[in-house]
Amino acid sequence: MAASMTIGSPVQPISIGYAMDVENVSFRYGADQRGRAWTLEGVSFGVPKGEVLGIVGPNGSGKSSLLKLLAGLLRPHCGDIRLGGHSIGRLDPREIARSVAVVPQEYVQVFPFTVVETVLMGRFPHRRASWWSMGIGDETEQDLSYVQQAMIETDVVPLADRLMSDLSGGERQRVVIARALAQEPAILLLDEPMAFLDINHQIEICALIGRLKAERQLTVVLVSHDLNVASQVCDRVLMLKDGQLCRMGAPEDTIKPDVLRMVYGCEVVVDAHPQTGRPRVTMPG
Amino acid sequence: MANGQATPAHLAVSSPEPVSQPNGAVGWDVKGKWQRTGMILTGRRWGLVLVGLLLASLGVVTLCSRFGAASAPLGDVFQALLHALKTGELDQASIGTSGVILLQVRLPRVLMGFLVGGSLAAVGVTLQALLRNPLADPYVLGVSSGAALGAAVTMLLGIGTMMALLPILPLCGFAGGLLTLVVIYRLAQSQGRLSIHSLLLAGVILNAILTALIMFITSIMEPNRSAGLMAWLMGSLTAPGYPALGVLVGYAVFVLAILMQKAQTLNVLTLGEETARSLGIDTERTKKHLFVLTALLTGAVVSVSGMIGFVGMVVPHAVRLLLGSDHRLLLPASVLVGGMFLVVADTIARTLFAPAEIPVGIVTALIGGPFFLYLLLWRKDRML
Repeated sequence: MAASMTIGSPVQPISIGYAMDVENVSFRYGADQRGRAWTLEGVSFGVPKGEVLGIVGPNGSGKSSLLKLLAGLLRPHCGDIRLGGHSIGRLDPREIARSVAVVPQEYVQVFPFTVVETVLMGRFPHRRASWWSMGIGDETEQDLSYVQQAMIETDVVPLADRLMSDLSGGERQRVVIARALAQEPAILLLDEPMAFLDINHQIEICALIGRLKAERQLTVVLVSHDLNVASQVCDRVLMLKDGQLCRMGAPEDTIKPDVLRMVYGCEVVVDAHPQTGRPRVTMPG
Repeated sequence: MANGQATPAHLAVSSPEPVSQPNGAVGWDVKGKWQRTGMILTGRRWGLVLVGLLLASLGVVTLCSRFGAASAPLGDVFQALLHALKTGELDQASIGTSGVILLQVRLPRVLMGFLVGGSLAAVGVTLQALLRNPLADPYVLGVSSGAALGAAVTMLLGIGTMMALLPILPLCGFAGGLLTLVVIYRLAQSQGRLSIHSLLLAGVILNAILTALIMFITSIMEPNRSAGLMAWLMGSLTAPGYPALGVLVGYAVFVLAILMQKAQTLNVLTLGEETARSLGIDTERTKKHLFVLTALLTGAVVSVSGMIGFVGMVVPHAVRLLLGSDHRLLLPASVLVGGMFLVVADTIARTLFAPAEIPVGIVTALIGGPFFLYLLLWRKDRML
């Protein structure tokens, strides 16, 4: 039984130009408290299908909150977020999960689940619960194929029977990305995918994002505090400052000394990466 | 074995190169290997494990029915059972004295122990997934105390006898248990995931408050009734007989059937609330359902057996080590193992100082308490 084929997702990001569009969204924690400052204010932008968009900005500028809004985990106070033309507030979590996958910043697993069990959980939004089976044998041949494919793409097949708690940070991050891919999303949201990773793992994840864009035509939105990561992987960069959209465009147009001075309030050295020609940010000597 | 720390050597050898077709066919049959080596729960493994545990449970129930102040030979146990099944008669004339003891005293007690133990283990499993904490236990967190308080208030106000209160008591326990659970969860939610120490501290404080209220109730009761209440509080399975058993069966079957349907959801919930939401679970609704279910079961169990501690923590932990964390297997296996555990503990309680007996809650606390401390002190790095 091809569960993923029979359950047609109502969300068809392909038909509309934007995979996701954000219109005049404002958000604050504790929605009822009037005095509270906006975490995000009047943010509008669109993410075309197949684009890798980076969200950058200083600490506390609202990057992670914006990502959670895109994932439907937070509800905007005003404004609208549309997923393939459908307002995200009107979709139930299961419908959202069939087209948007989230890789959270940190992974905390307290129970000894194996890698393959963890990746299989990515199939959850595509499953149909049946009263009599008690969830046994829910894994269809097709579920397993998607899981296998996701694990091959992230290169975690050799880890299949290891416990999540025994993995290194880079391995764990790849497994969580595999779980997200098993969801067969149209949009992948990554929260600080490179934080706490060594340089070799950073390179792996960068290459992986490039492959996913090329092979799966995946739309990727990632939050990063590291401007160089954003410059290297992203087609466009969105800069937030104090909850407001400050600048958005290609890395060459956004990662510039004058923009960074305005956003971060400090002087930095920006030159071109010797291989890619993309902007490279370093501290002044 | 695959859920232990088995070396991945058999897989590492055949590590495939990344294949570049997005959804294309893959040459390596890793799926089959996952199923054969037990990394993925298959229907076959599920069935084998549960049938095995079911047979073991039958054995334990039969064996433990034998032991007691008046020990009956195993043959008599079967004969009496068979006779009762054939004729449907339970009078002394047809089945003899030992038969009467067996069928009217010991068997209901053993079955009650099995149900109580299984239910407590199920509540433990559910709370652990919900609070994402392997040390969660209805007794330690004060949910049992809450349920006991609910039941105690009813007994204080109750005009009728215990018998008349029988079907209502679980509901009063349910109310008390639910209230405690909501407080615990509020605490756990306020800081993302509550650390084990804060959670235990919250449980200790709640337990202290609730116990004080129960003590207050016992102190204003008539002495002869409060003595009964105290004995019940210590956790004992001196069952009022088949009616109480019937009530508990009703509650337990209802709750366990629904919990089993939620096994997959429990798996995903252990990933954390936000991840669970991003995987398509309506977490707010699911949480409410699970709270009501666990409080209902705790209320039912506490109202018939008092406060029996640590079963809900020790049993799921042991089962998880042996069978892995998949709740589709963990939940039913914990129910069966929990049932066996409590039946054995109760047999010890009945026979150790026979003909006197000690409350079974003392036995489980003496087994579970040290185990709990061991986990807290030495397994910190991996589990907490």
